[in-house]
Amino acid sequence: MRLAGFGFRLWRSDESGLGVRMKRQTAGPELERLVTLIAKLPGLGPRSARRVALFLLKKRDVLMIPLAEALMLAAEKVRPCGTCGNFDAIDPCAVCMDSGRDPGLICVVEDVADLWALERASAIRGRYHVLGGVLSALDGVRPQDLRIDSLVARATLPEMREIILAMNATIDGQTTALYLTERLAYLPVRITRLAQGVPVGGELDHLDEGTLLAALTSRREF
Amino acid sequence: MGEAARADDCSVCASRLAVLRLTLHEWRSFSGLELEIDSRPVVLAGANGAGKTNILEAISLLGPGRGLRGAELAELGRRPAAADESTADWAVSALLEGAEGPLRVGVGIERDTGPPRRIARLDGRMAGPAELARHLRIVWTHPGMDRLFSGAAGERRKFFDRLAMGFYPEHGQIASAYERAMRERQKVLEDQGDPLWLDALERRMAETGASLAAARVDTQRRLMQALDRRESSVFPQADLDLIGEMEVGFLAGEPAGAIETRFMATLRAARGRDRAAGRALSGPHRADWPARHRAAGRPAAECSTGEQKALQLSILLAYARALADEWGSPPLLLIDEAGAHLDSRRRDALWGEILDLDVQAWLTGTDIELFSGFGPNAQIFSAGNGRLKAVPLHSGGRGAFHAQASGPSDS
Repeated sequence: MRLAGFGFRLWRSDESGLGVRMKRQTAGPELERLVTLIAKLPGLGPRSARRVALFLLKKRDVLMIPLAEALMLAAEKVRPCGTCGNFDAIDPCAVCMDSGRDPGLICVVEDVADLWALERASAIRGRYHVLGGVLSALDGVRPQDLRIDSLVARATLPEMREIILAMNATIDGQTTALYLTERLAYLPVRITRLAQGVPVGGELDHLDEGTLLAALTSRREF
Repeated sequence: MGEAARADDCSVCASRLAVLRLTLHEWRSFSGLELEIDSRPVVLAGANGAGKTNILEAISLLGPGRGLRGAELAELGRRPAAADESTADWAVSALLEGAEGPLRVGVGIERDTGPPRRIARLDGRMAGPAELARHLRIVWTHPGMDRLFSGAAGERRKFFDRLAMGFYPEHGQIASAYERAMRERQKVLEDQGDPLWLDALERRMAETGASLAAARVDTQRRLMQALDRRESSVFPQADLDLIGEMEVGFLAGEPAGAIETRFMATLRAARGRDRAAGRALSGPHRADWPARHRAAGRPAAECSTGEQKALQLSILLAYARALADEWGSPPLLLIDEAGAHLDSRRRDALWGEILDLDVQAWLTGTDIELFSGFGPNAQIFSAGNGRLKAVPLHSGGRGAFHAQASGPSDS
């Protein structure tokens, strides 16, 4: 049910408390366990989990079994890289082993997903360092819970010239960047961060004041 | 599903901010309600518990923040019939006219994943709090704020920070960022954490705190200008002061960088003290806005409840005028129990100023007669049993209507 024009989903009351379980026992424990597990994946709720399970069952040979095998293999082989924290089946990972990359440049990211995003854009000539999260005292994430000591160790290497802090522009992300700046301040490396401002293809009219101010502050010569 | 109530059409439709249609779904005492109105002031009259304030609260929720009652998201849904059911998923939507044309706004609760959160849409697009603040300037007063000047400083800060949001739409978000950094710092202090982490958090507190303080100082200046421009009316003139350690720096014209550096040094020196106290003892979160009753020459805190209410209205009316000058439209003005603590002279003067300002005010009161001074210039509804009914003008027995289109003339 939709409220005309506003796109709010107004769940009927019998749906609002819908759990993973089907109302009556319509499937055995094998299937129910599969649905429960799929529902734990990001972006999937109970309804879509049931759909995924059904889809897999219908594509048993072409999808379900190959997927199960791929999951097993990845679970067995893929580990975080001991150097940078990226996921790979080899350690050091393929990015760290790539001799074509600048050994004097490290880009620090919060998560492997950010590393992938930067790799998709082929934006970094150097290597990465995945922190594994951001500092958050309230959520119990302390400096020793992130890959910060290993970052400082890498930053101390003689060939190191620049460290790019590519944290998200969130409150915790920026606090973490500030903290890293303090931690690395004693080293003779250049510490930079990503620019904040007008997105490519963005219209000024649609930007909030904070973004506009940031864009103006970091303006550049034409 | 809802009941449609329509007041008489109005031919005067300027580009001031005004609600033209309000739709409530599973909201507080209303299962569904659709109200079609024009940009004139709206009066909701009815007995206690009729749901008048619930409607003002719904409008207040269209803007950023937690609204007029400061309620939790899940509280806002209509109470279920059975005790074991949770409250329903509510939605409030409105069609408004603004200085830049028509505007569709919808807010609702979403609990697909994780804890319930509020989602807001502006013209069909998801909108953050700053964007809401930019398009929907809404201010309010209610009986809980009657003793604003003698009550807790926190309530005054909240009131004036909301006014600041009218000039600085980012103000609310910056305040949240400041508070988040402050809570983080307190946690790190308690855990005896890394001093460099404290440095980072204190720098964030200083940066966001400076933005807050600067916006407050500018808001105070604008409010004072607007108050000084007000012609002597039956509402008393207020003098606003602003006390706060960062604010004082901006008032003295110091550069922001120096103020930030000093505040960081203060925080660093106060780490032991703040750890022992369990909270930060200084900073913009402790600022206060004392006011003085100019004519009486004494602090507003010492004034009677009635005088405090009059001072507050004086500030709100000046603010509405200042916003109209700044953005081309006054804010929406929500006044719960509008007649309370005001004598008939002040009441009529308030109605007169509302009409003069050309602001869409939403007023509630128990007695319809209180609003007779509006004459045909307001849309009057009576509330009861989860519905609203338009009250026809000039109905029998109430000949006291008289139009008052301009401001009060008595001095």
